[in-house]
Amino acid sequence: MTRQGQAGRQGADVRSDCHVACTLRDEGGIDLEIESKVATMFGHKIRKQVLDILADMNVAHATVQVQDGGALPFTLDARVEAALRAADPSLKRNRWIEAKAGWDTPTRRDRFRRSRLYLPGNEPKFMINAGLYGADGLILDLEDSVAPMHKFAARYLVRNALRILDFGTAERMVRINQGDLGLEDLDVILPHHVHLVLIPKVETAEQVRQVDDRVAMHLGKDHGVLLMPIIESAKGGWFAYDIAMASPSVVALAIGLEDYTADIGTQRTNEGRESLWLRQQVINAARAAGVQPIDTVFSDVADSEGLRGSVIEAKQLGFDGKGCIHPRQIPIIHEAFAPTRQEIDKAQKIVRAFDVAQQQGLAAVSLGSKMIDPPVVKRAMHTVTLAIACGLLSEDWKTKEVSS
Amino acid sequence: MSALVKNAAGRLVPTEINGKPAVPYQGVHQFRPSGRKAAPPIRSCADYPADGNKIVGSLREALERCGVKNGMTVGTHHHFRNGDFVANAVMDTLADMGVRDVVWAPSASFPCHAPMVRHLESGVMHHIEGSMNGPLGEYCSAGKMRGLGVLRSHGGRFQAIQDDELHIDLAVIAAPTADPFGNANGVQGPSACGPLGFALADSLYADRVVVVTDNLVPFPCVPWQIHGQNVDYVVVHDRIGDPSKIVSGTTQVTRSPDRLLIAEYIARFVAEVGIMADGFSFQAGAGGITLAFALYLKELMRKANVKARFIRGGSTKYLVDMLQEGFTDYILDGQTFDLDGVRSMREDPKRHLDTSPFTSYNFHGKGNFASILDCVVLGATEVDRAFNANVVTHSDGVLLHGIGGWQNCLTAKCTILAVPSFRDRIPVILDRVTTLCGPGELIDVIATERGIAINPRRQDLIDAAKRCTVPIRSIDDIADEVNRLTGGPPDAPTLGDKVVAAIKWVDGTVIDSVRQSLNC
Repeated sequence: MTRQGQAGRQGADVRSDCHVACTLRDEGGIDLEIESKVATMFGHKIRKQVLDILADMNVAHATVQVQDGGALPFTLDARVEAALRAADPSLKRNRWIEAKAGWDTPTRRDRFRRSRLYLPGNEPKFMINAGLYGADGLILDLEDSVAPMHKFAARYLVRNALRILDFGTAERMVRINQGDLGLEDLDVILPHHVHLVLIPKVETAEQVRQVDDRVAMHLGKDHGVLLMPIIESAKGGWFAYDIAMASPSVVALAIGLEDYTADIGTQRTNEGRESLWLRQQVINAARAAGVQPIDTVFSDVADSEGLRGSVIEAKQLGFDGKGCIHPRQIPIIHEAFAPTRQEIDKAQKIVRAFDVAQQQGLAAVSLGSKMIDPPVVKRAMHTVTLAIACGLLSEDWKTKEVSS
Repeated sequence: MSALVKNAAGRLVPTEINGKPAVPYQGVHQFRPSGRKAAPPIRSCADYPADGNKIVGSLREALERCGVKNGMTVGTHHHFRNGDFVANAVMDTLADMGVRDVVWAPSASFPCHAPMVRHLESGVMHHIEGSMNGPLGEYCSAGKMRGLGVLRSHGGRFQAIQDDELHIDLAVIAAPTADPFGNANGVQGPSACGPLGFALADSLYADRVVVVTDNLVPFPCVPWQIHGQNVDYVVVHDRIGDPSKIVSGTTQVTRSPDRLLIAEYIARFVAEVGIMADGFSFQAGAGGITLAFALYLKELMRKANVKARFIRGGSTKYLVDMLQEGFTDYILDGQTFDLDGVRSMREDPKRHLDTSPFTSYNFHGKGNFASILDCVVLGATEVDRAFNANVVTHSDGVLLHGIGGWQNCLTAKCTILAVPSFRDRIPVILDRVTTLCGPGELIDVIATERGIAINPRRQDLIDAAKRCTVPIRSIDDIADEVNRLTGGPPDAPTLGDKVVAAIKWVDGTVIDSVRQSLNC
């Protein structure tokens, strides 16, 4: 009996990716055919890697065709494994591609999530250098940016990207699919250095708990993987607070407007009046639950002024972050979320007054004749931290100012 | 084929090229030939029409009158870049006339010259000295060309003409505007392309000079970038080039985020190490990264209120904007890469100046503009850990590009190579470049999307970069990281023993050779 599987993309314009087709058979050994753009330079290495994976997965009889457009080893590994698994779901991997050591740094609940860059989960070429652009978070997306026929293969590519690629200081995020498909996504990408899982189209707290339970099934109860449900429907908006409170793993609520506007029977406009309720609702629910409200993506890559305006509006409404789809959007988002000079000056004064009150053992903080409430102090501290992160304030500003 | 010897860069090179002796590379500025420069034959005005009308009926008639012979060397020029009709027309005509074994000496070749392969195969053309691009490079790399290919820089072509290593028997100059006397320029007419500097040496030194134009104007044609007193015949054609293809793909700002990041890093580096200061100068030619670099630098100049004294082209819309917005006093231009550059050179000739390889690049000049530059940003196909660089082959060893002005620009005060750290799976930083075109001692900075590496020879730059906000890393550090990603360095290409081309250094010595590729 023969069983067939394939993964990856085919065609002359495919770069940094490859296509693998395989037919498993009961006899005849391995018949491996490789056609590669980089054959003269990497032909031997490609052959050895494919044979190693076949051996690792205990495949002794198969024909395998590789059409390679210069895929890096982590991509080739994912494509071969996905093709074999598509041919025979019972095949198991004994040894994953070796992970880069030292990248397993934990994330923090309260870290900045100003910018999050979406990376299509089946496009290796966008992933490879994604860590260089300074985004607060990188989302390997298995949902809307992956065509249904590639969803299976994309999981293995995303898993390998998580193991191999240096995403720098960015939080490593994965957007899984909806429902059962999303839970199966988790079975492949865990336990591979995922910091945060985005759950699309969440409408009930139960959906969040299902994901949380599935993560716990793989990693144990205190799994440390953070969750960011995306609210993108009328019902989701209605239950936003319950969703934010569904699990202690939830750190942020994100918002998606394309589906929402369709759901309430209207269309998205630039002014965005149609989604004002949902945006305020999500901000309010998130703040009430003690998690971060995160705005939707700005999808017109060419319109940097539009993006800037959109981020300033989001910040004014109360959002802490914005999604983006091109690296050039990141600095604009960070600039727009950065506190203004006036905000920094005021925050510095408040923090200094707080320090003085602490030193003098005073319960109340005052600035001039004005009493400062604790939430204002907390906000000022956040502003100062953000200013330091944005490079607008030196880390040792307290000592510097004193000495000058 | 003569025996190969090891030159000062440790590369095996021939000591004889196409029957003439060749000097192995001896190091930067080590080779100083002496004697007198080559000279054209003596001509007399009595042999030319007194009324100044040198028009003949056809290209064929012009070539017949010039006199053609087997084995002659024919010079053409690349002002039209990928839109040139003239070089192909000349070679087709010579084929019709039954001429064989022609040596073609273009200032550069482009994909539009692919039909030349036919003439190489039929025996009309013997070999190419100049540049070999795309299909011509593949043909040469496959070992099919009868003679040894010779690759020279723009400055090297002028040097070779002046020391008679390259003797042009016949030069055919495509001129967007000309008069019957042969005065010609490239800034006017429907095929306007900018300066004609690459043809200047041919017009002065070739035995015979033909001007082909599609825009004949009454005498005098001004400005006269080519002087009619050096021209034998003028031919009028309907079209000599496709102006839309003067603007090639390399004159678009890159949209690749990686390449934009490299451009941004370089601009910040240039600003933060203090190169960007009032009265400074830089060169940024075509190519997506260098164009983006100019845009980033302009913003930094605006913020710091800094003005350049001059910018060297190839000019583009972006440099022209900088001139018009007061970011520089002058553009000194060797070639224009887009029609905005052509227009600016035509309409603003006091600030946008026409320069030639004589002034900018020629080793036999009494100094060069190129070495006055504070910084230059160039590309490369490969670099190595010793900062050597390659521009003519990729890691598969197949000839793909010409040298252009690249080698000549390396003498700038700060030479920066902008390269992605890998292309697809192929690392760009190797242990040893496949083909050596530029010695590491002249390359100061290699800028990648993973950070900037400064040549250890430049302690002054390393010190100046101490407070740089751009990631500064060692070249080994970047190379090792990329090798981990790509699964190790590439296998060396499988090459035959046969040498198919010689790479000339700017002084005429042979810096490296290219061997036959067995994968072509």
